[in-house]
Amino acid sequence: MTAVSSPPNPVTFTTPPFTQYQLDGAYDELFEDNGLPRGQYQALYNRLLELPPEELHRRQQAADVSFLHQGITFTVYGREEGTERIFPYDLLPRILTNAEWKTVEKGLTQRITALNKFLRDVYHDGQILADGVVPKDLVYSCKHYRREMRGIQVPRDIYVSVVGTDLVRLDDGSFAVLEDNLRVPSGVSYMLANRQVMKRVFPHLFGNYGVRSIDHYGQAILSTLRSLAPVNRSADPTIVLLTPGVYNSAYFEHTFLAQLMGIELVEGRDLLVHNNVVYMRTTAGLRQVDVIYRRIDDDFIDPLAFRPDSILGVPGLFNAYRAGNVALGNAIGTGVADDKAIYAYVPAIIRYYLNEDPILPNVETYLLDDKAQRNYVIDRLDQLVVKAVGESGGYGMLIGPHSTAAEREKFKELIQANPRNYIAQPTLNLSRAPCFINGQVEARHVDLRPYILYGKRVTIVPGGLTRVALKRGSLVVNSSQGGGSKDTWVLYE
Amino acid sequence: MLSRVADSLYWMSRYLERAENAARLIDVHLNLRLDQSPKLSGSRWVRLAASLQTPLPSTGDHNDDFKMVDWLTFDFSNTNSIVSCIGAARENARHVREQISSEMWEHLNQLHLSVKQADSEVIWLSQPHQFLQSVKDGAYFFQGITDSTMNHGEGWHFIQIGRYIERARLIACLLDIHFTTFHQKPDYVIGSDDYLEWVGLLQGCAAFESYRKVYTADVTPIRVAEFLLLNTELPHSVCFAIDRLQDALNGYAEATETRKVGRVYRTLGRLRAALDFDQIDEIIAGGLHNYLLDLQEQCAQIHEALYKMCIDYPIETALTA
Repeated sequence: MTAVSSPPNPVTFTTPPFTQYQLDGAYDELFEDNGLPRGQYQALYNRLLELPPEELHRRQQAADVSFLHQGITFTVYGREEGTERIFPYDLLPRILTNAEWKTVEKGLTQRITALNKFLRDVYHDGQILADGVVPKDLVYSCKHYRREMRGIQVPRDIYVSVVGTDLVRLDDGSFAVLEDNLRVPSGVSYMLANRQVMKRVFPHLFGNYGVRSIDHYGQAILSTLRSLAPVNRSADPTIVLLTPGVYNSAYFEHTFLAQLMGIELVEGRDLLVHNNVVYMRTTAGLRQVDVIYRRIDDDFIDPLAFRPDSILGVPGLFNAYRAGNVALGNAIGTGVADDKAIYAYVPAIIRYYLNEDPILPNVETYLLDDKAQRNYVIDRLDQLVVKAVGESGGYGMLIGPHSTAAEREKFKELIQANPRNYIAQPTLNLSRAPCFINGQVEARHVDLRPYILYGKRVTIVPGGLTRVALKRGSLVVNSSQGGGSKDTWVLYE
Repeated sequence: MLSRVADSLYWMSRYLERAENAARLIDVHLNLRLDQSPKLSGSRWVRLAASLQTPLPSTGDHNDDFKMVDWLTFDFSNTNSIVSCIGAARENARHVREQISSEMWEHLNQLHLSVKQADSEVIWLSQPHQFLQSVKDGAYFFQGITDSTMNHGEGWHFIQIGRYIERARLIACLLDIHFTTFHQKPDYVIGSDDYLEWVGLLQGCAAFESYRKVYTADVTPIRVAEFLLLNTELPHSVCFAIDRLQDALNGYAEATETRKVGRVYRTLGRLRAALDFDQIDEIIAGGLHNYLLDLQEQCAQIHEALYKMCIDYPIETALTA
């Protein structure tokens, strides 16, 4: 899994729109090594050969206009003009077979089950720490570990109910986990919106393909949240979605989900706490709130318990939570389990709690706390990827092969100053999928973020968000860093 | 419904009504200009700005037709310009987009995007009428879409409340400025110079065609005042707006089975009764200017009472209730 590029592939494509398509060492989603399309892509491939490029172009424009008019945008921070952008959408679907999906589904279910047990353990008895499977100091030094959560009983022992896990495909075509997002994962609205647009733009192709539906996501997340309601309020709980507000980059998603579930979208200023009970302020007076799907980070959720300068949160919310009068999805302090250093221990965590081998492997990870591993990494900064353990969204990252000497020097200093804060991984050759770019079909690197719901049962809608690094050769798929997305199809058997 | 949501729906609706009103008045004004002496152009713009309750541009260019159109229509630094009002309506909608239908949001968002991108000089030189018409149409479509796609529940009633309170206020203000300018003496008779101004007033309330059906083409100040103030069938009369406002408030109270509508009802009921029973001769004899000022003041009181009741209420009272 190291970044050795394979010899140039002799396969070249001569028929439009594939003349710009190149195979390299990375796994190609569309073509086999011999240049023939994989089975699940055959019908799409045939259709692309038939359609004139202008027609594809017209459909791409129709899709873009649809996103703009629907206001499916995200906010770019720090700019006056044009702060709302559409999230670039690529016309061509990424297609997975049902067999591929089944492995992913099993692997993710196993992983989220183990991670929930791990969180329960860490915030109660700490058995796994006492047994030395995960080092104590790694947990207690984690930026997202919340001492305040010690001994608190959360509903059904579910800490993480809404998850988005980032998967990558390795050179041999198998999936591996790159990152767990256990705090406030985003992007699910794009998965759903992409599908709606896809059905509008390619109705016949889509209809003939036999694609598994994702439309039940709204109901699934609602019942997941409902399962968290306090027992005495579980008959007809009031569920709300707490957003930081209209200026948050994911605001569109918050409105989308609230509408999808038919629940109120609230801001901190709409809520108040009295006698450890949370109320929202309505036109007909105050109404008790039972479950909060919060899209605000731990730090900002309650100025009395966490950051006192937060004006987004609700004063007293944490006490109401501790008293069991309100449930939060996700729980507070779940970030300890998606810390990138803890990540390295997830296979061990799975074995410890479930006594099973991990179905989805991890990516090889170097912990820089360890002197030998640190020295190894520092000598190879030009080949590896270095990440800050508590960051997400592609921030705080060094991609060795694409870095300058000055950047590497800076990271070397950062690592030496605070080794616990960084990990390193091999530069992965993310798999590549066909994308419609400038009138041609070209290959771009992609990852996959399926969305997992954990309530009374585990629900994973088939597919997820396929994120695309739209710049040629780029490996960064994050929307904040010039990435886009495409619809992901899981086929019926 | 969340108080904040009610607040946003209410203001979304008010701003859109305001934009529609401005588009109509500017359009009428540009049309009248063609038939009138260019010397009076400046004073007419000043009057139009006052009817829209918009300050004049600080550059003092109120003799320049293009600059005034630009200021009243396209200038984002004027918070009452058409583009600002539509922007504000859209921003309020964005805060509650999960509460309104997707169709409503998409339409308003498109309207906002299209006026925001408009190039004022190009439009001025080509077809200002078409642009203003597109704003009016945008507002009409939005109302149609709202009526057809949103539940006629609490939120819908708040949209109606905002729309009609704004309308009543705008017509009262427009009438006031017009009568103060042209109807200074009781024995005033419309002369040929002024005739177009009175037609313009009616057109500004989308009322000229209906006026002729009711009173024939004989335009007199008393009839115009009666029509725009007291007619119960004209959509842009004060009386009509207050009627609808009362309907909307009743609808809201029913939808929420709410208590404590007392003060709003009292103020609104009094206003409604006055409009039902007052005669136009008496109103004019008693001073139309004061009557219209009082009307605007009562609209403001209704707004405040409504806010005290369901949006900005003190927490202590809500907890003990």
